[in-house]
Amino acid sequence: MKDRFNLYRFASPATFYPLAGELIPYFAAVSVVFGLAGLWLGMLVAPTDFQQGEGYRIIFIHVPASWMSMFIYLVMAFWAAIGLAFNTRLSGMMAQALAPTGALMAFLSLWTGALWGKPMWGTWWVWDARLTSELILLFLYIGYMALTAAIDDTRRADKAGGLLLLVGVVNIPIIYFSVKWWNTLHQGSSVNLAKSSMATTMLWGMLLMAMCFWMYSIAIAFMRVRTIMLERERHTDWVKALLAGGEK
Amino acid sequence: MIHWNSLSDFIAMGGYGFYVWGSFGVTVLIMTIEPIMVARNRKTTIARLKRQLRAENRNTAE
Repeated sequence: MKDRFNLYRFASPATFYPLAGELIPYFAAVSVVFGLAGLWLGMLVAPTDFQQGEGYRIIFIHVPASWMSMFIYLVMAFWAAIGLAFNTRLSGMMAQALAPTGALMAFLSLWTGALWGKPMWGTWWVWDARLTSELILLFLYIGYMALTAAIDDTRRADKAGGLLLLVGVVNIPIIYFSVKWWNTLHQGSSVNLAKSSMATTMLWGMLLMAMCFWMYSIAIAFMRVRTIMLERERHTDWVKALLAGGEK
Repeated sequence: MIHWNSLSDFIAMGGYGFYVWGSFGVTVLIMTIEPIMVARNRKTTIARLKRQLRAENRNTAE
């Protein structure tokens, strides 16, 4: 039984650290390929939108950034739940590594949304359900980072941050369904499993860009988590060996 | 196949150039700066940890 492939092994920082290091270049490369393909389709090939002219092309970053801002939060909440339930070391590090990227995605969602709203709605911002709940998501990310940074003991910081993440998860369905539940300036979802309201090239451009953002997020989170691992595990033998071996 | 007739058409984005390029510009900026900052943070962290480790080893040797 000793040789059996064991997924739990990768939950240990000492085994996850080199694995993440090897995977980073692949995720980065795939992200660039998806990004170039998505930009080519979205910016060069996709036709003009019959209602929004060329202004609609903001969608190729607005939607991927918005999706990632919500998805990264869900992944962080997942790690928080695992961490609180099983007291695993890796979970807190993962949440910590994802938070800044999630915050940047939420910021990009709001930024591109404002630049899209101005020409289409005539205003940069309205306090409607979709926009406000996305702003709250940005504040949740910032709150998580500030809270965990303010607590010196990392185990307690992880616990407090994890609770905040789990409580805040209620905001995600609110963002997602806000365009259905309330009257809002924000248009409904463009992608639908049954039928899509978009031209094929537009849809593919957007999906490719979403993959690009996804792979980017994984690569950058792996980069960040490796540094966090070294920092937090600096008293362990494996980190000492790495440092003595000239880890770069 | 290519939707645009000229480069200036592409840049103008049908009059939406400011909004479209304002969105893409900031996104590219963030996705360039974030990896640079993470890599730089890694370098300084490793340098600091190595210093601490050396100091620790000196102390135990004495």
